[in-house]
Amino acid sequence: MSNWIEACAADDIDEEDVIRFDHDGRTFAIYRSPDDEYFATDGVCTHEQVHLADGLVMDEIIECPKHNGRFDYRTGEAKGAPVCVNLRTYPVKVEAGKVLIAIG
Amino acid sequence: MNAAPTIRDYSLIGRDAQAAVANGLAAAEWYHTDLARKQMKELMKRSDGPAIRDTLVWLGCMMFFAGLGIALWGTWWCVPFFLAYGVLYGSASDSRWHECGHGTAFKTRWMNDAVYQIASFFMMRNPVTWRWSHARHHTDTVIVGRDPEIAVMRPPDLLRLVLNFFGLLDVWHALGDMGRNALGNVSAEEKTFIPEQEQHKVVRIARLWVAIYAATIALAIYMGSFLPLVLIGLPRLYGAWHHVLTGLLQHGGLADNVTDHRLNSRTVYMNPISGFIYWNMNYHVEHHMFPMVPYHALPKLHEAIKHDLPAPNTSIWNGYREMIPAFIRQLRNEEYFLKRQLPPTARPYREEFHSDAIAAAAE
Ligand code: FES
Repeated sequence: MSNWIEACAADDIDEEDVIRFDHDGRTFAIYRSPDDEYFATDGVCTHEQVHLADGLVMDEIIECPKHNGRFDYRTGEAKGAPVCVNLRTYPVKVEAGKVLIAIG
Repeated sequence: MNAAPTIRDYSLIGRDAQAAVANGLAAAEWYHTDLARKQMKELMKRSDGPAIRDTLVWLGCMMFFAGLGIALWGTWWCVPFFLAYGVLYGSASDSRWHECGHGTAFKTRWMNDAVYQIASFFMMRNPVTWRWSHARHHTDTVIVGRDPEIAVMRPPDLLRLVLNFFGLLDVWHALGDMGRNALGNVSAEEKTFIPEQEQHKVVRIARLWVAIYAATIALAIYMGSFLPLVLIGLPRLYGAWHHVLTGLLQHGGLADNVTDHRLNSRTVYMNPISGFIYWNMNYHVEHHMFPMVPYHALPKLHEAIKHDLPAPNTSIWNGYREMIPAFIRQLRNEEYFLKRQLPPTARPYREEFHSDAIAAAAE
């Protein structure tokens, strides 16, 4: 069963941007796409221990601030060196202006 | 029997590599100047325009100078044109390799990748190996035993530096690595920073390059002329001087084993021609602190954070005036380094790196 957690208010995140959300000792990254959709992934890059929320969102891509590794934040797919391992993604819903993510 | 170790062991699989991990210097958290997210996003913004313009100028000038050089081949008049061509081939490619490796020069991915492949070929840097080695350079900048791209080790090998102004040792090693990789051999050191699933790509590209150089040599023999080699391969030697001139300034003579780019990297104001060849990498502290910012936005980033950085060197000459004496002192005392003074407006960081014990070594 999904465990829905309130991460932030929907308008806490600018369009085409990302913020960091820490919960229970874990870090997540919550994205708002240019089409005003919300997504969530693990908050730390799979290459090294770097927070993706300091990176750059371009369309459906999050670029890591350390070595510019790129992921598709909708699927978590690593798009090439230096990131080779996909990011874990989490279901997201927006209810009453709040962004909720389902963490297993 | 092994020789006694020098004080610093730069091997990536040696004593200092283990010590860096044990001391928390490997993959450590580095200092960053605070900058509002909104401003940072503005600075990180990508566009194709500046890099398309600069790439057209770069490749256009190369063709222009090569064309004149070929037309005047056999006379002394070809020399200045090939010298200009050489700098664009053997030096401007260094910064194109670098920026496109980060993927920040262009907004469009394939443009970054295309220029990255061309520039890697010109610089004789395997694009796979060097992408990974450069990632490590950013993770562990000038951390002894971790950073595979330390240009000037301590004590400095001044002969090596001079030879590299003509690309001699770099090319010698690059050819050896290319041949070794083409035979399917990826070294133990390379394996420390290239993941297993990427290693076959190193071999594939090395084989392609060997074929290109073999074809160039064959053409030169067929024509009975050095001209094909003057155009492909040799410019990496006769045009290397500018990228070495600017590249040594990046970290030369500054602190090692610190996790603050303000202390181990150098920002240098440069004339616009060097700035074009070097693609603004003279803003080197800024680049290391925020590698997401494209080259064309580095001057703006510099303006935004310079209150938190040591004063930049005012020219290439000014940089060498502090760096060369430091290299000479390091010949006698390899603990010596140039200790950067942070301005009163700067946030101090990790006081132990500014401590009197270390500072004493710098006196
Ligand atoms: S830490 Fe994210 S790409 Fe290296």
